[in-house]
Amino acid sequence: MPAPLMAVPPEAAGAAPAAVDLKADFEASGLPEIFDQLDREMVGLAPIKQRLREIAALLLVDRARQRFGLAVGAPTLHMSFTGNPGTGKTTLALKMAAILHRLGYVRRGHLVTVTRDDLVGQYIGHTAPKTKEVLKRAAGGVLFIDEAYYLYRPENERDYGQESIEILLQVMENQRDDLVVILAGYADRMERFFQANPGFRSRVAHHIDFPDYGGEELLEIGERQLETMNYRFSPKAKAVFARYITLRRGQPHFANGRSIRNALDRARLRQASRLFQRADGPLSVDDLTVIEAEDILASRVFADMPTGDAPARDTPAGKEAP
Amino acid sequence: MRLTQGTFSFLPDLTDEQITAQVQYCIDQGWAVNIEFTDDPHPRNTYWDMWGLPMFDIRDAAGVMTELTACRKVYGDRYIRISGFDASHGWESVRLSFIVNRPANEPGFTLERQESEGRRVLYTTRAYSAQLPEGERYA
Repeated sequence: MPAPLMAVPPEAAGAAPAAVDLKADFEASGLPEIFDQLDREMVGLAPIKQRLREIAALLLVDRARQRFGLAVGAPTLHMSFTGNPGTGKTTLALKMAAILHRLGYVRRGHLVTVTRDDLVGQYIGHTAPKTKEVLKRAAGGVLFIDEAYYLYRPENERDYGQESIEILLQVMENQRDDLVVILAGYADRMERFFQANPGFRSRVAHHIDFPDYGGEELLEIGERQLETMNYRFSPKAKAVFARYITLRRGQPHFANGRSIRNALDRARLRQASRLFQRADGPLSVDDLTVIEAEDILASRVFADMPTGDAPARDTPAGKEAP
Repeated sequence: MRLTQGTFSFLPDLTDEQITAQVQYCIDQGWAVNIEFTDDPHPRNTYWDMWGLPMFDIRDAAGVMTELTACRKVYGDRYIRISGFDASHGWESVRLSFIVNRPANEPGFTLERQESEGRRVLYTTRAYSAQLPEGERYA
């Protein structure tokens, strides 16, 4: 990993270079690599990738300005990620940490993921040390607070969450060069959280909203997940899985990428039991890696279909469907 | 008399920036960083009080520096040192230790000579400051 460029001390105004090459800067920072990786590994999310590029551009320009001795406000980099479950918030936070590290805005580039439990104590005087401990651990990196709205419980006046919020706010303001805070959660509840804590809203510079995935994107995510596990769909299974996604999206508790992963885990389970029950000879690599249509068709999602064209189900499937 | 104990003790006092760099070095080596304080400057006093727990899981020196700032707020009138403990097999001991805070006024030590039988002399070093009870020494 190349050393962050901020380590180079900004030249005095007198010795400023005549011109800066942003393109070369961009190449040298190792960012193209990360953006390529982002494009390769994360399906869809076009508006977010665009936003990340904008942030990176701003930071690069800021750095160039600094070299000319122009005024640069220390950028506020705290962010809020809102979106439905399974839309890639945590994954992106990891990438964000890497990007900020490459740009030299955080020194280590590690991500510390916490929830209310890690920040808020259980009795008086327990919260402040706990929160400070977490902040210490996150120093030099990115602090990712998942489901941040749980910090604030308006229904309980004596809730210790408020104490934690105050410490966080103070650190977010005074130690901006030490750590970047990313708050994440569902859009509507985050909105209420920000309304109740205006201090947070004003200290968070980037509000990034994660859209739900489309059907095709979900299919692609599924295929990639299988690929990393060394499985693949048979052509028929792929078509069936596309139908599965359409049906599943209409059902409650759909959690985008996570639901897909769970569905695939169950398909693997069924594939294994199918192989086990029907194995009457040696299995080839193909047998072991291919997910067949029937492995997916056995899902309860198809069973609940009101239309009468539910496919015939394998005998053991009923037990396995969740 | 300026107390000289541990690494860098014959150099001028380290600035916060230099301390940060040393702490970061400890962290990069995988050592646990400790903050200790005392008001008994005797060289044989190896057991200093610890400020909080050893810091194992910190990635960046900024976390240690916030603790040091907090420690200075409370015990700014005493000696504070930072040590790096190497837990790896075969070492299991402190690898680096240096003073990061000292009282404004360091009265130094007296050397007592005790004449015993024959011409034998027993020597004792005693810190002037340690004549007062603990906690009142550098007030």
